Amino acid sequence: MAMTETTLKKSGQTPPSAPARTTGRWSGYRYLLWVRLLELTREPEIAFWVFIFPLLISLGLGIAFRNKPVASNNVAVVAGDEAAKTVAVLGAQPRLGFHALTLDREAAMKGFRLGKFDVVVEAKADGTYTYDYDPARPESVLSRSEVDATLQAAAGRKDVLVTTNHASSEPGSRYIDFLIPGLIGMGLMNSGMWGIGFSLVDMRQRKLMKRFVATPMRRSDFLLAVMSSRLIMMVIEVGLLLLFGVLVFKMPVAGSVFAVLLLGAIGAVAFGGVGLLTASRAQKIESVSGLINLVMMPMWIFSGVFFSYEHFPAVTLPFIRALPLTALNDALRATILEGASLASQSGRLLVLVLWGGISFALALRWFRWT
Amino acid sequence: MGSPIECTNLRKTYDGKVEAVRGLSLRIDAGECFGLLGPNGAGKTTTIEILEGLLSPTSGDVRIFGQTWKEDPRQLREWIGISLQETRLSEKLTVRETIELFANLYREPRPSDDVLEELQLTEKSDSWVGKLSGGQRQRLAVATALVGNPRILFLDEPTTGLDPQSRRQLWDIVRGFQERGGTVLLTTHYMDEAERLCDRLAIVDHGVIIAEGTPPDLINRLGGHHLVEFEVNGVSDGHALESWRSLPSVESVRHEDGTICLNVREPHLTIPALLDAVNRQGQQLEHLSTRQASLEDVFVNLTGRHLRDG
Repeated sequence: MAMTETTLKKSGQTPPSAPARTTGRWSGYRYLLWVRLLELTREPEIAFWVFIFPLLISLGLGIAFRNKPVASNNVAVVAGDEAAKTVAVLGAQPRLGFHALTLDREAAMKGFRLGKFDVVVEAKADGTYTYDYDPARPESVLSRSEVDATLQAAAGRKDVLVTTNHASSEPGSRYIDFLIPGLIGMGLMNSGMWGIGFSLVDMRQRKLMKRFVATPMRRSDFLLAVMSSRLIMMVIEVGLLLLFGVLVFKMPVAGSVFAVLLLGAIGAVAFGGVGLLTASRAQKIESVSGLINLVMMPMWIFSGVFFSYEHFPAVTLPFIRALPLTALNDALRATILEGASLASQSGRLLVLVLWGGISFALALRWFRWT
Repeated sequence: MGSPIECTNLRKTYDGKVEAVRGLSLRIDAGECFGLLGPNGAGKTTTIEILEGLLSPTSGDVRIFGQTWKEDPRQLREWIGISLQETRLSEKLTVRETIELFANLYREPRPSDDVLEELQLTEKSDSWVGKLSGGQRQRLAVATALVGNPRILFLDEPTTGLDPQSRRQLWDIVRGFQERGGTVLLTTHYMDEAERLCDRLAIVDHGVIIAEGTPPDLINRLGGHHLVEFEVNGVSDGHALESWRSLPSVESVRHEDGTICLNVREPHLTIPALLDAVNRQGQQLEHLSTRQASLEDVFVNLTGRHLRDG
C-alpha cells in the first residue's frame, strides 16, 4: 500500500511525458504576434477596410475636388421682354461659365430653393434688375456678384483699376494635399479602435482570452503582441496612403518620411491605448461597437479630417485641439505639407502621449481577462 | 509536495446574492481520474474554474501540488492543462498553427507532431480550425491542453454535444493521459461518462457535494444493484407504495409518471412475490422490466430529480 502511494506521488510530480524541447523567454510573444499577422492576412475584409478603403476615399475625393471646373454659375432668368437679351449678355462671357435658363418666376424660385440655381435674375420693364440670392450660400453670393459685374460691364461700366490674376493650384495647397494627411490620421484612429478594441472583445466573447490566461502566458506579452502587430500594420497603412498621394496626386512631402512614420507610430499607440480602454470591460462585440462609434464620432466631426476645424466657433477650438485626432492631423499636416520638425510640435505630441498614456494605464487597471 | 488538487470549504457567491458553490471540499490523488457529476447549474463549472485559478473563491482554500494560486501562478499554469466548456479557437488558423501557438506559451512543451498523432489530428493538421467537425474541434481543444505537457488535465464537459464515436475517442485520450501518470479532473452531466471514465466521483447539487466515492461504491449505497420497474392499471396511491416496499428484498420504492420503481437486492426473490401481489389485488400488470442500477438512480435517490432535469 505504502509502495503504491509512493509510485503514484512520483508519477504526479513529473509530467506525463519527458520534456522534448524548451522554449525561450520571448517565444510566446513571437508566436502570438506571428499568429495575429497570419490571421490578418487571411481576412480579406480587413485588408480592404484598412488598406484599400482609405485609398478609394482619397481617389474619389481627390478627383472630385481636383477636377472641379471653374465654378459654374447657374442662373435663372425670369421670363420677360428683357430676358433673351440678359441671357445673351451672360452667354457672351464663357470664362465665367454661366448656365442661364429662362423660366417663369414661380418655376425659377422653386429651382432656386432646391439649389438648382444660384441666383434668380429679373429684368424689370423700367430697366432695373432684381437679384434673388441666398447670402448664406457662398456660390449664390459669388454668382450674384458675377452676374452683376457682367451686366454692369455690358451696360457700359468701366473698371478703373488695373488688376492681374494669378491662378494658384500648386501641389501642396490643394484640397487633396489637405485631405491625405487627414485620411492618414483617420485611418490610424479607425484601425486603432477597431483593430484593437473590437478584436480584443471578440476574443473575450469567444472565451479565447480566458483560454490564453489559463496558460503560463505573460499578459504583458499578449498586449505587447497586439500593439506590435498594430505598429507593423501602421507602417503599411501610412506608407501606402503617402505613396498613393505622391504618385497619383503629386503630393509634395516636405518633412522626412521617418518623421511621418514616427508620428504614425505615436498616433497608432495613442489610439491603441484608447481602443484598449474602450474594450477593457465590454463582454459583447455589440456593446463595444457602440462604444467605439461613440468615442470616434466627435473626432470624425471636429478633428478636421475632411475640412478645416477652424470653421467652428473660437470658444470650441481649445477643446477640439485637445482631441487626439486633431493633434495627430495637425501634426501630420505640418510635417508632410510644411516640413515642420517634430520638436516644434511638442504640444501636439504631448496631447497624443497623454491620451495614449492615461488610457493605457486605466485600461490595464480595469481590463477584464475572463 | 501535496496532492495534485485539494480544496477546503470552497464558497463562491456572485454579486453577493447567488451562491454557486456552498462549502465544497475535495482531495484528488495523483494518477486519479476524478469526476464532478451533477445537473446543469449545480456549480460544477464554477468549482472547476476556481480550482484552475480562473475565478477567485469568495472564501475557502485551493492548493495545486500544495501551492496556492497566489504564490506562483505561472508555475502552477505550467503544471496544468485546461479545456474550457466553450472556447472558440481562431477559425482561420490551421490545426498545427493552433497547437504550435499554445506550445509556445509553455516552457517545456511536447512536440506538436506527437500531440497531433495522439489526438488523431495528423490528417487535419493543415486544415483551418473553421473547417473541423465538432468532435475534431473538441479534440483540438484537448490537444491545446496536452501540448504544454501538464501533470493535471482539467476538462469541463469535454463530450457535451458530441456523437458517440467522438465521445469514445475522447475517453481513450483521457485514459492515455492517465496511464502516463497524469491526474484528471472532469465535469460531466453524463452518468455513463462518469461511470466508465472516473475512478472516483463527487455528485454535486446546489453547490455542495451530496455523495462521493467510486462509481460501484455509490451504486452500492442504494442498497440494491437492481431496479424492477412496472406499471399496473389501477390506483397506486401512497398507501399502495408502502405495500410494494414490503415485498421481499426491496430496499426502496419510488413512483414516477405511473411507473413504480423498486430498488432490489435480489430480483429473483422480488418478482414472484410482486406477481402474486398483483394477482391478489385483482390488478393487471401493464409492463415489467428489470435493469442494473446506475448513477442516475443514485442521483434520483438522493435528490428526487433526474440529472437532465437540471
